[in-house]
Amino acid sequence: MSVTYVDAIREAQEKLLREDPRVFLYGQDISKFGGAFKATKGLAEEFPGRVLDSPISEDAMIGMAVGAAIEGMRPIIEMQFADFSSIAFNQIVNQAATHFYRTGVPVPLTVRLPSGGTPGSGPFHSQSMEALYAHYPGLIVVTPATVSDAYHMLLESVALDDPVVYCEHKFLYRWLKAPRINGDQLPIGKARITRPGKHATVVAYSAMVHEAVRAADRLKEQGGWEIEVVDLRSVKPLDIDTVLASVARTGRLLALGEAFPWGGVTAEVISRVCTDGFHLLDAPPRRLNSRDTPVPYHPKLWAAHRPTPETICIALRELLSF
Amino acid sequence: MPETEEAQRTAVDLDRDYVREVFRAMLRARLLENKLSSLYKAGKIVGGVYLGKGQEAVSASLGASLIKGRDIFAALIRDQAGRTAFGEPLIDCTRTYLGSVLGPMKGRDGNIHRGRPLDGMPAMISHLGAAVSVVGGMLIARRLKGELAGVVGATCVGDGATSTGAFHEGLNMAAVEQLPMVVIVGNNQFAYSTPTDRQFACEDLLDRAKGYGVGGHSVDGTDLLACTKVIGNAVKLAREGNGPQMVVARLLRLSGHGEHDDGSYVPPVLKDSQLGRDCIETGVVQLIESGIATVEEIERWKREFTDEVQAAVAQAQQEPTPDPWDENWNACSTPTGRGL
Repeated sequence: MSVTYVDAIREAQEKLLREDPRVFLYGQDISKFGGAFKATKGLAEEFPGRVLDSPISEDAMIGMAVGAAIEGMRPIIEMQFADFSSIAFNQIVNQAATHFYRTGVPVPLTVRLPSGGTPGSGPFHSQSMEALYAHYPGLIVVTPATVSDAYHMLLESVALDDPVVYCEHKFLYRWLKAPRINGDQLPIGKARITRPGKHATVVAYSAMVHEAVRAADRLKEQGGWEIEVVDLRSVKPLDIDTVLASVARTGRLLALGEAFPWGGVTAEVISRVCTDGFHLLDAPPRRLNSRDTPVPYHPKLWAAHRPTPETICIALRELLSF
Repeated sequence: MPETEEAQRTAVDLDRDYVREVFRAMLRARLLENKLSSLYKAGKIVGGVYLGKGQEAVSASLGASLIKGRDIFAALIRDQAGRTAFGEPLIDCTRTYLGSVLGPMKGRDGNIHRGRPLDGMPAMISHLGAAVSVVGGMLIARRLKGELAGVVGATCVGDGATSTGAFHEGLNMAAVEQLPMVVIVGNNQFAYSTPTDRQFACEDLLDRAKGYGVGGHSVDGTDLLACTKVIGNAVKLAREGNGPQMVVARLLRLSGHGEHDDGSYVPPVLKDSQLGRDCIETGVVQLIESGIATVEEIERWKREFTDEVQAAVAQAQQEPTPDPWDENWNACSTPTGRGL
């Protein structure tokens, strides 16, 4: 028996619905159909009246969640794809994010964003939106990379009194399996050393953590390099202390992300390391993101658009040879 | 189910106390807003001042039809009268406009951007139509908690907001969920300076009610008695389980968009038309003619409210304004959210 990443998300929601009467789910096709990715399969039957199909109205879905949260509920909103949250952008960044600061009343809501690319998904079903939301004060943005984190971080997201943008990676849904959900959870805001090393640090999050580990394995085989991989887990808050401690050990930094290259999480990591840990660096820090085009449809183009173990290895070799 | 105003008049008996309450809120709001305008022109208010002049009958009829402590009212920018009728203290208004740290927004947001969400008064954002789904969510929460019976959630928008996606999504969602919601569209002929013929192409915004599958009602927003009846009835229908109700009120904004705007784009012919009537003036005539209030009473109310406004302004002016040093600068409520 094993648990997939999407199973973990489903099980977390089941536990939340079972244990917290304030929790309900709202989203497109999530009721009897069980959601586009089956993250809510069977939950409508198990919890009648608490798993509700929404119209195709992303703006209203988040506005609804803000209203429900004001009234003391804990809504979980499933965006069918992270890409479609652009329609809800206003309600997320102007209504939800500003609410506590303006009124003193927190709005505990969780928006689940099925994020990132999968082969053949194309420009409008592949986007990574985390940097956009992390830019706005008032939001917590999490990016779980493991089965257990997917589970525990969803529980913690819903328990938090602040609005949380929960970025779950679609590529990991079924590909990523674990024997069980383990108990090694860390609080949101703490990064994890996924793979210890001493020659260079790769800071990654979400699906890119796994690509970084693959690249690190290759460099170990090919040259005996010990690459440390840091999984940010949440991009806001960003655990720069763990990153700096890693850079202090390795002296070299590669910031890795699947999102578009301009600005974003990787730029933020490098900026902070340069500001607070310039003296720790033995080489100029590097960053690797997707290419600066929309996410292409064809699997061959898609595979060359995002960072891969090959391109990560190239970037690391350049970093190591400085 | 569009109904004529005449049918509404006969359908709902005139409730004397309700009409008096509506008018008193209108008067209180007008006197307060006149004062706000003076303060703005004297440079005492930073930022914009947005008035509901000419829209008080519509707004107050809604506010007075709602029950504070039970119902939900998401006011928009021209709803001082509705807020007052719903029970928002005048001091919330003056504190927010004057930046008192004791106000509900503590100087973090200003002017009409205020509310007390836990008392059923969500605070508006500037993005029009955005409150419709918020009210929907508050009502859905009440339903999930088993506390929806007898509750109404209401909000106001202008003709301009009906062009937004948020308005459409929110009202459609409310209709799908059959929520006890009332949406008042104050068609004041201009969205800032844009006339309605550049805003929508349907003959009447009321036509949209049928499209959404919600109850539709039309009213002359300058006619106090018509407003109390039509809006009071719409709230009653929503409360009794007839699903969302949309009221389109025809009127004219008797001020600029804000006090920085002289509204010079409003043609004189419109100002001189039925739409340009001042609902307070028509209201005074109606109250006196129908015996609902006397001239002496109205004069007494004016004096009473003038004093009240003066006191609310004076109090807010004496209170401390926010100190950046004391400000905690936290956009999140949890320690987790306070991490950068």
